[in-house]
Order: sequence, then structure tokens, then C-alpha cells
Amino acid sequence: MVSTVDRAAAPPLSRFPERLKAALAAAAVALVLAVPLVGLRTVDQGGALGIETRWDWVGIGVAAVFVGRLAGGLLAGAWASAATRLGAALPALPHGRLMRGFAVAGIGFAVALPFLPFADRYVVDLGTTLLIYVMLGWGLNVVVGLAGLLDLGYVAFYAVGAYAYALLALHFDLSFWICLPLAGLLAALFGIALGFPVLRLRGDYLAIVTLGFGEMIRIILINWQSLTNGPNGLSSIPRPSFFGLPFERAPAAGVTAFHQLFGLDFSPEHRIVFLYLLILTLALLTNLFVLRLRRLPLGRAWEALREDEIACRALGINPTNVKLSAFAIGAMLGGFAGAFFATRQGFISPESFTFIESATILAIVVLGGMGSQIGVVLAAAFLVLLPEIGREFAQFRMLIFGAAMILIMIWRPRGLLGRRDPTVRLGRPT
Amino acid sequence: MAYFLQQLINGLTLGAVYGLIALGYTMVYGIIGMINFAHGEVYMIGAFMAVTAFTVLGVLGVTYVPLALVVVLLVSVCFTAAYGWTIERVAYRPLRGAPRLAPLISAIGMSIFLQNYVQLLQGARVKPMPPVIRGGFELLHTERFSVQLSYIQCFIMLLTVVLIAVFTLLIARTKLGRAQRACEQDRIMAALLGVDVDRTISLTFVIGAALAAVAGMMVTMYYGVVDFFIGFLAGLKAFTAAVLGGIGSLPGAMLGGLLIGLVEAFYSAYFSIEYKDVAAFSILVLVLIFRPSGLLGRPEVEKV
Repeated sequence: MVSTVDRAAAPPLSRFPERLKAALAAAAVALVLAVPLVGLRTVDQGGALGIETRWDWVGIGVAAVFVGRLAGGLLAGAWASAATRLGAALPALPHGRLMRGFAVAGIGFAVALPFLPFADRYVVDLGTTLLIYVMLGWGLNVVVGLAGLLDLGYVAFYAVGAYAYALLALHFDLSFWICLPLAGLLAALFGIALGFPVLRLRGDYLAIVTLGFGEMIRIILINWQSLTNGPNGLSSIPRPSFFGLPFERAPAAGVTAFHQLFGLDFSPEHRIVFLYLLILTLALLTNLFVLRLRRLPLGRAWEALREDEIACRALGINPTNVKLSAFAIGAMLGGFAGAFFATRQGFISPESFTFIESATILAIVVLGGMGSQIGVVLAAAFLVLLPEIGREFAQFRMLIFGAAMILIMIWRPRGLLGRRDPTVRLGRPT
Repeated sequence: MAYFLQQLINGLTLGAVYGLIALGYTMVYGIIGMINFAHGEVYMIGAFMAVTAFTVLGVLGVTYVPLALVVVLLVSVCFTAAYGWTIERVAYRPLRGAPRLAPLISAIGMSIFLQNYVQLLQGARVKPMPPVIRGGFELLHTERFSVQLSYIQCFIMLLTVVLIAVFTLLIARTKLGRAQRACEQDRIMAALLGVDVDRTISLTFVIGAALAAVAGMMVTMYYGVVDFFIGFLAGLKAFTAAVLGGIGSLPGAMLGGLLIGLVEAFYSAYFSIEYKDVAAFSILVLVLIFRPSGLLGRPEVEKV
């Protein structure tokens, strides 16, 4: 520990030879890594493989690593102290009125967004996507952040909700408002059915079983052709209506469309704005629900269980039931989000429910800081908006996404707003 | 009976591959207690190294098969091990001592990064590989069915046995193996007694990556196709195998790998090929319910 402080305090140039050596070593490693994968590329030449060389790329890559490491080393001291200062500033934020003010301003902005002048179709659509992830993040936060159960297959419940809504709406012609609770209920039942056998397992086993479960659901969706239409997915899923008023230019005879009732000109944006406000409402309800739950005995039991299972048992909390409730509630929220996703897209296929979705949602929870509601919003904004900003580098999107996950974790291992204080405590928080 | 024998051979071959990957998971888990999510990607990189090495040898005009095999084996093991070392150095070492989920997220990030890295550099299309070893023995011949043991299956099983033998000796007899076992039991105590913990962990990743590289090379030769996405499912199943055998237990990983391979082969032969992956995970769930510490794992003692 002492040596790190010394290093940070030393003037940058005094350790130059050492840094040069480190940079040379990094460049040498980069060269070894780059030669076979960057320098050589196997290409299909009429059935047989040929080889292409790209030594110029290797040169650029190795030079970049060398310069990056050298500059990084030289700037490390300055950066380290800056990062510490920034890091020290961040956890102070969630306390008190400032954070509450932020939250209220954020909600106000979110409500007003579709009516602002710059909000075109693209912005509102992006906001909708963002809010789906926020809602999923809040749902998973119950499982991972509060109850401390590592769930790597959360997307399964999202998929169950989406397919439940699509199938109910397609086959039984039920409206969105009836399907939504049914989809949530079904997802919760799935959560209980999965949770019952596996919740006795300890952390990492649970992780791998949930991951396997997520894959199982996807494989079943692909192969159960008669129900799910396999890899082709379900299309023409009914769109939601404004309490019975459809968003259509020319509604069927005897049906009043939304724009007719309110005497507006028809615009396809009505539906987009409506969907946006719908998910915003759902997400805010989720948030309120979770915040309330955290204060109930059940929510406090979740947090206690996360901290120490043995102590919980000694205090008479039944770990299995408490975990099961967290799992079921998390699954239900995922199911709601899934139902919304299905009605928004109008088309769903197993493609939308791959492991990468689970990983993204988990990343949102962990990057945001486990258990932090506002952290989830920040992390979701980061992970959803980052690929959008990098649209010109579309092919590098996922590459940057992966690298960003690593870098944020190294920078702030507890997440952006990570705190483990209990929600409710006796006496004043210190 | 003949059909059963054939599936047994296929299952054991597949299981050998899963077992080799599972060893990497179980070693890393044993020593630093994290799921090395990027390990499947290391295996995928090993497969790509093998394809590239075979192609380069083909261009150079090396046609003597044993020489080619040795060269490809060495090349893919060395370069993949370098990747394994770098992954630990870049993504996991800075997170030592961080909360338990942090390295896991970093590992998932690394896995996404490597998948896209290989896809961008080598292309998204499937790489075909002409078979290097052809032919085989005919073990049994009935009028309806003949049981084949191809040379490539022999090669995979033999190489696996040799590797396991070397690996067991390495862990049981060498200084590195002792250091590794010491770190696994108690990292702080090992450090106090003069074991270089960081170096031992690095070498664990190097050994795991080397084994995964051999698995990647075997699969390349066995199936003849490789793409950038093979690491995910193989990694998932290998991890399943490691958990099945009891995570942290080295013989358990190999046993779990063989079992998963057999389950997959028999399930797709006798039931349905679409649901073979579901079968593997269902077995896992069942084993965990009735034997939560896996087949050969030590039951964990919970302390207050």
C-alpha cells in the first residue's frame, strides 16, 4: 500500500526508465498476441483456406500499445489522484437532498421529453429502449442487488413475459391491459418453478443453473415450433390501444381512433409517444413498488440475507421462502417488461433473448452499484446510449461495450453508486 | 448394442474435449474463487490458432502429418497461453480483493470483447478445415450397423490421456503444483510462506489456457469447422461439467466433462438432437439438488 502512494506522489519523469521498460514489455506481449490473430487472416479461397497477411496492422497495434502504456504510465500519478478524488466525490452524491433533487428533475425531464422540441421519433424510441432496460435493471436489482442472488439467466423471464403476452393476445384476442398482469404472473410462476429446486444452492452454483435455465428457455422457444413458431418468431402482435382507442389512421367501422376522439390529425408519432409514456409509467411504478418493498419486513429480510445467511437463519428467517419471493418478484417485473417489449416491437423471436441480454442487464445492475435505484438508471443510460453514440463505428460497438465493462469495473469495482447500507436502520445513519 | 457402442465412443471423444476445458474453469475457481467467464473464448481462440497454423503449414508445403500435428499443437498452445496470461493481467488482477461480482462482470466484458475481436479480425463466416487425419478402425460389424473408431477419435483420447497424466504430475510433483495447491487452500498463508501468489495465479491461467487450446485444436480437427461463436456454448457446458464434478476438484472436472459428453451423445442419439443442450443442464440441476457439492467435490463447511 505504501509503495503505491509513493509511486503516485513521485514526479512523473523520475521513474522514466522503469516505465519505458514496462511499455516495452507490454509492446512485446502485444506483438505475440497480434501476430497470429491480427497479422494472419485465414480466407476462404474456393473451398480451401488461404492466408492473408496484415503486418501493417500488427505494427500499428503494437505501436499503439507501446505509446498507450508509456503515456498511461506517465499520466498514472496524475490520473490516480484525479480518479481518487472523483471516486471520493461520487459516493457522497446519493446522500440527502441532492440525490432526491436529481431524481425529481430526472423524472420531470423524462415525462416532458416527448413534448420537447428536439424530441423526434428517434429520440423517443431511444428513450423507450432505455426505459425497458431501466425497468429490467430494477427488476433484477431485487434479485441481485437486494437479495444477493446471482442470476445470469434473467432474460428467461423477460422472454416468458414477451411470449406470454404475444400468445395470449394472438390466440385469445385479449387486450394489453389483461395480458400484462397475466404475463407477469406467468413469469413469476416460472421464477418459483425454477427457484424452488435451485435456491438451496450457494452463489456460484445458482449463477450457472440460472444461466443454463436461460439457455434452456431459448432452446425450447426455438424448437417448440407448434407453439412459438420456432426461430421465425411471432409477428403481427397486437399493438396496445389507448384504453380501447386504437392508434390507426383508418380504424374499423364503429371504432373510434385515438386521433378522432381528441380531434387531432393522425400522426404515427402518437403511438410512439404513448408507448414511451406507458413504459415510463410502468418503470416508475416498478421503482415505487421496489422502494416500498425495501421498507417492508420482506425487503429487510432480503438485505439481511445478502449480508449473512447463517445469522438470518438464527434469527428465524426462512432463507428459502425469502429467496423465493425475491426471485418471483424479480421474475414478475421481468415479465412485465417482456410483455411491453412484445407489444412495442410487434414481433418477437428467440433472437431477442440471448445470453448477451442477460449479461447487459446484469452489467446494468452491477455497474450502477448493487442495490442502488439511481445507479441502475445511470448505468442503463450509459450502456444503451454508448452504442448509439458509436453508431458510425457500428461494427466496433460490441467490442467497445466489452472493453467498457472491464474498464468501469477496474475503475469502480463497487459500481458507480455502490453502497451497502441497509434501507432501514435504527438511529441516524452515520 | 453396436449403436450403443458407437455412441459411447462419440460421447467419450466429446467428453474429453469438455473435460479439458473444464479443468481450466475448475483450477481458476479453486485458486481465486471466480467464474472465468472468458475461458470459453480462450478455447475459441485456441481453435482459431489451430486453423491458422494448419493453413500456414499448408501454404509452406508441410505434408508430413505427425510433424504438422506437433507444430500446430505447440503453436496454438503457446499463443493461446499468451492470451490466457494477458486476460488475467488486464481484466482480473486489478480486481483482486474487489467485491465478488466485480471480476465476474469484468470476465463477461472480456468474453464479449474477445468474441467481437476475433469476429472483426477473422471474419464472421465459418472457417472450413479439411480433415487432417482420415480413416479409422472398424471395431464391430453387424449386418445393419458398423462401429467405427476413427483415427481422429483415437488421437483425441490418447492426447487427452497424455495431457491428464502430465497435468496430474505437474500438480502433484512440481514446485509449481505445490504452490498452486497452497494458494488454493489459503492464499494469505501461502504468501507468508514465500509463495509468489500473483505468479502462481498467472501460471494457473496459462495452464488452463494451454489445455483449452488443445481442446480447441481437437475440435477443429474433429468437426472441421470453426467460428467465432463456438466458445460460448462449449464454455457453458464445460463449466457445467466442472460444477457437476465438484468445482475445485481436478479429477471431478474430467469426470464431469466425460459425463456431459456421454449425456449429450446418448441423448441426441436416442431422444432428440434439438434438446441435447437442455438434457445436459437438466442433469446438472438434478445433481446439484441431490449432491450440492458435485460428484467429487468436498462439501463446503459454512463458518460464521
